[in-house]
Amino acid sequence: MRRHLPGAAGAALLLLPAFLPFEYYVNISTQILIAAIFALSLNLLVGYAGLVSLGHAAYLGASAYLTAWLASHRGFGHLAASLAAIALTTALAAVFGALSLRAEGLGFLMITLALGQILWGLAYRWVPVTGGDNGLSGLSRPRPLGFDLTSANSFYLFALAVFACAFVLIALFVRSPLGAGVRGARDQPRRMQALGFHVWRIRFFTFVFAGFWAAVAGVLYVDYNQFISPHVLSLTNSAEVLLMVIAGGAGTLLGPLAGAAVVVIVKNVASAYVARWVMLLGAVFVFIVIFVPEGLVPGLRRLRGRAA
Amino acid sequence: MNPALELTAVRKSFGGVPAVRDVTISLAAGERRLLLGPNGAGKTTLFNLITGDLARDAGSIRLFGREISRMRPDRRVHLGLARTYQVITLFSGDSLAHNLALALLGLSRSRWNPLSPLSGRGEIWERAHALLERFGLLPLADRPLAFTSYGEQRRVEIAMALAQEPRVLLLDEPYAGLSREERRDVQAVLKEVPREVTVVMIEHDLDVALSFAEKITVLHQGAVLIEGTRAEVVADPRVQEVYLGA
Repeated sequence: MRRHLPGAAGAALLLLPAFLPFEYYVNISTQILIAAIFALSLNLLVGYAGLVSLGHAAYLGASAYLTAWLASHRGFGHLAASLAAIALTTALAAVFGALSLRAEGLGFLMITLALGQILWGLAYRWVPVTGGDNGLSGLSRPRPLGFDLTSANSFYLFALAVFACAFVLIALFVRSPLGAGVRGARDQPRRMQALGFHVWRIRFFTFVFAGFWAAVAGVLYVDYNQFISPHVLSLTNSAEVLLMVIAGGAGTLLGPLAGAAVVVIVKNVASAYVARWVMLLGAVFVFIVIFVPEGLVPGLRRLRGRAA
Repeated sequence: MNPALELTAVRKSFGGVPAVRDVTISLAAGERRLLLGPNGAGKTTLFNLITGDLARDAGSIRLFGREISRMRPDRRVHLGLARTYQVITLFSGDSLAHNLALALLGLSRSRWNPLSPLSGRGEIWERAHALLERFGLLPLADRPLAFTSYGEQRRVEIAMALAQEPRVLLLDEPYAGLSREERRDVQAVLKEVPREVTVVMIEHDLDVALSFAEKITVLHQGAVLIEGTRAEVVADPRVQEVYLGA
């Protein structure tokens, strides 16, 4: 019974915003969940596969743009546009993965950065499709199975359901035999080869899986904001999600959620009270790096263990 | 019957400096072969060429008659090739049982399973524990590898290679850095290698290595200097000159 207490408390905490009367805080919570799915997807690469990417916003952005464009310019329904966007973005992740995984370490990082920047440039320049600087607007929220998602609380519940799916499936993945292979390929790629594992294919599969979940986050992002602009594909966005993963604890399941909460709260809430909120965000990261360098979740676990 | 492992005129250079020069070796199934040679003779490079860690410049490498020189390293493993490394490269943060489980998983189709938990694959864990018991490591099964001695890690490494049920086993200095007691333990472990498995060993400790091998190949400056029985090799003046420094 006591073993399940933290999980039950966590689930209750996640459900709480759905019943809060303060729309502003419910919306902040929704943003945290969307950012957490995005960070969970990058965590597959950074934390579990040991592949640091600086272009992960490409998949969030591509999926968001595709959903918006298919719905607004091609007459697709919400569901069809979302599914097509996720499928096409996953295919894009397969192409980008095949290109990026030709290198490791810094080379990999630079290729992902370059590919992400190409999409960002495309979003700015391909005005007839992307709307250029103005982006695409006038979108509406979906009505899955007839449920109205226009209110902040109902959309939060929808985002929570998607987050729960992402969390459970990613948790299953990292604990599976393939997940063990992903971690093995991160720690000892040469040894893994000598054990009969195809290291490149393991990394490629992880890359595509991460792209899939970033695409899901992209659909949620555009459904939530009902607007999309090139900023979503920017290097800032890729760096921000990387900070979420590192701050929360790379290679842990709860780390990306904690990291997303820190970044979104400082960005939205603290910025309302502090003019130099970017400095505050910087100070938070410096604090994390100094006191819990392994990230908030594993770091707090360590400190709790030391106190016990 | 095809030789278990056959190298023909295998060549490898690094930046124009030859490391392996036209090496031709043939090993019968079940043979125990010792690779000798001073540092820089090309012994480990030869292992790396056989396993595919390095690509050969020229020559042919055949495993049970099948050309493998252009094959991916993991494919070679699936054909029955296993190895240990001179410097232990294992998963130090994981338990001994997990290390063994990975070795067993490598040849299983379930390594691609992305959904069912590894902890629930009873057959893998049973086999991992059985192997640990065979090598006297069962009491340490749940201990992270980083918290075991060097000798224990060596035994884990050999157990992992044997978990792959190899037909050809390459052992790169399995006694390096071990104490007298640990050497005895590893020697006992190597006696467990099934007789039908072909074993090639690189080893500098002649006391233990000579008792292991039936045939010896001496490499010098990347080329085969002499190949023969223990008596033939020990009596050869060239060996004494380049290897023993006589």
